Amino acid sequence: MERMLGDWRAVAILLGPALAVYSAVMLVPIFWSTGYTLFEGNAIRGFEFVGLANFVEFFEDPTALQSVSFTLRYAIVLTVLQVGAGYGLALLYVFALRRGGAVIRTLVFFPVILPTVAVALLFRRFFEAAPAVGPVNSLVMSFGGENPDWFGQPDASFWVIILMDLWRSMGFYAVLLYAGLVEIPDELLESARIDGASGFRLIRSIVLPLSLPVLLSALIFSINGTLKVFDTIVALTNGGPGTATTPLTVYMFRTAFSFGEYGYGSTIALVLTLMCLVVTVFIFRSTRRDLTKG
Amino acid sequence: MFTASRRRGAIPVLGLVGAAALTLTACSGGGTPSGTEASSGSDGDFTYLGQTQNTVISSTLESLAADACSAAEETAPLSVDAIDGTTWDQQLQVLAGNNALSDVSMAGGTPALMQEFIDAGLVVNLSEELEELGVSDRILPAAASTIQALYDSEDIYSLPTELNIEGFWYNTELLEQAGVTEPPQTWDELAAAAEALQAAGIQPFIAAGQDGWPITRLVGNYIFRSLGADALQRVVDGEASLTDPEYVAAAEAVAALGAEGYFGDAAGSIDYNTAMNQFLTGGGAFFYMGSWALGNFNDPEQNQIGVENIGFAPFPAVEGGEGSIDEVPANVGIPVMFTTSGWDDGSAAWLECIAQHYGDAALSESGQVTGFVVDEVPAEQSELTTLVQDVITEAPSSVLWFEAAFTPEGTSVSQTNGGGLATGSLSGQEFMELVQAANEG
Repeated sequence: MERMLGDWRAVAILLGPALAVYSAVMLVPIFWSTGYTLFEGNAIRGFEFVGLANFVEFFEDPTALQSVSFTLRYAIVLTVLQVGAGYGLALLYVFALRRGGAVIRTLVFFPVILPTVAVALLFRRFFEAAPAVGPVNSLVMSFGGENPDWFGQPDASFWVIILMDLWRSMGFYAVLLYAGLVEIPDELLESARIDGASGFRLIRSIVLPLSLPVLLSALIFSINGTLKVFDTIVALTNGGPGTATTPLTVYMFRTAFSFGEYGYGSTIALVLTLMCLVVTVFIFRSTRRDLTKG
Repeated sequence: MFTASRRRGAIPVLGLVGAAALTLTACSGGGTPSGTEASSGSDGDFTYLGQTQNTVISSTLESLAADACSAAEETAPLSVDAIDGTTWDQQLQVLAGNNALSDVSMAGGTPALMQEFIDAGLVVNLSEELEELGVSDRILPAAASTIQALYDSEDIYSLPTELNIEGFWYNTELLEQAGVTEPPQTWDELAAAAEALQAAGIQPFIAAGQDGWPITRLVGNYIFRSLGADALQRVVDGEASLTDPEYVAAAEAVAALGAEGYFGDAAGSIDYNTAMNQFLTGGGAFFYMGSWALGNFNDPEQNQIGVENIGFAPFPAVEGGEGSIDEVPANVGIPVMFTTSGWDDGSAAWLECIAQHYGDAALSESGQVTGFVVDEVPAEQSELTTLVQDVITEAPSSVLWFEAAFTPEGTSVSQTNGGGLATGSLSGQEFMELVQAANEG
């Protein structure tokens, strides 16, 4: 094996095609897009070199800063909730639901396979205030409340988006984390129990450290997925009301393709990429500590 | 093994790739896309690209191909295609960037985008071609002036396949129930009528707040009535700002209607089709809309309140304002443009025939009022259609709409925030500050 991997021709044959395709569809567009950040304009009116002006504009653009704020808030809140709920469900699957667990796992996982737009339409109907009144508002009104306009208020819209995405995604994280938990040897858990560990103490000292690698993967999956959220928000609120629920991805799309500012759109994309990178590195670094050492 | 020295060696390679990408970026699209020179002869076909939401243009062209324009059809057979219109401008930019525009297509929805196309030489100057073909008199002067105003040019770069007026359509029965005997002539009368309707348990206004523009049209029209027909052009020219008190007053007037709840519950959640359905099923009294809705009004399946029960009132005057109630808000819908890359003898034959016959065909087959001269008025035409034609004929002048001269970003910000005025969640001052900032880039 070592002799074969030392042969550059074998390496080229084995890796070449995949590397070429990867470079063509990933690396070249990334560098190309990075190049655009130094230009202003589009393919119709042409490009003009503007240096770092797009970056200066980004940090002076209130809509961009609002988008950063929304994106981070959304990513942090949803990551905490969906990984937390997923972990809770996974613990439930492993330690409580011995019988019928497969049925419940399937039911909880079911929203994951639904099309995003269908889920968004479902939630629009749930929280509808006009022209028809949705079930949520009917419930509120049956308790004497007014007919709330969920999608007309920034905070209410934010929480409806969170609720929808949590419902849609927690089943995935539950299954992912469940796969990590079932790998913990039964003998280890049994010996911990014999030593007197149970309940929260067992989870804190044994289960959590041993499931940390998969928990870390789930966190990175989640934070990167939520930072790049696009379709669910477009389908549910289209970034509204106003631009209150506009994430960076949607703002990037509008800037590049609606406003015809490819350079500025690429700048927003680059900032988002750097945000993903920084957050991922931060998670890696913060979890280097060995939790089994207290 | 991948050693440290090899890793160091990879860095210059990545740098070279980056530099190459930058060079390619700088070289690409740096000027007018290639292929914009007009060609002689015919390339064999005449391609049309429209929006799936609008079938009138494509069906009228197909009808012309089978009948009045059969000669042009022989020169260059018509080929029709359509794509979704919700991201029309974006798709048009991509097509233009790839030099893949059809011979004729619906124009950009944002006038500023069309301005870019014109500056880049992508679209045919139709004034010159119509003159050369001897059919320039087939475009109604009102339509021609609207297009000229739209693109801030003395020439015409698109054909007016629609000519719409806008105003308040109202449900006469609901107004009578609320004791409103006359359609309002002034803004104060409109507000008073809304108050009376609300008191009678009738929703005064129906508007698609989700789309935004039906609300922002009210702001623009108020400005035209209070400050005159050139008020928004002064903003574009930098002589005035939307945040000036007299401009903010217009947005505040509309926001005041929203704060009173006159647009109903959650107006920001209502889209175009829902609003249309609400009005045609008696869900509210006033409906600001363009005359393109005549097709819906004339359809007995959609119209449950009866076409005879619908009246039209021009946008009311503002007391003491410089504008006149006779200045009709007008537009040409989304007109069609001819691209220079596809311009040839076949396209010229089609242009001549469209100018001659499109107005008659669209009116007789779809009830569509266009900006072309009509030679034969259909015998069985609805009273509302006649009313629209009369208003167009008698109007001494017209005005465009709020965002007509704004940048694409200004248009987007205006329309995404328009719903906030109807729900009362956004003040007029806040709205105007947002739009002004977006326009300034």
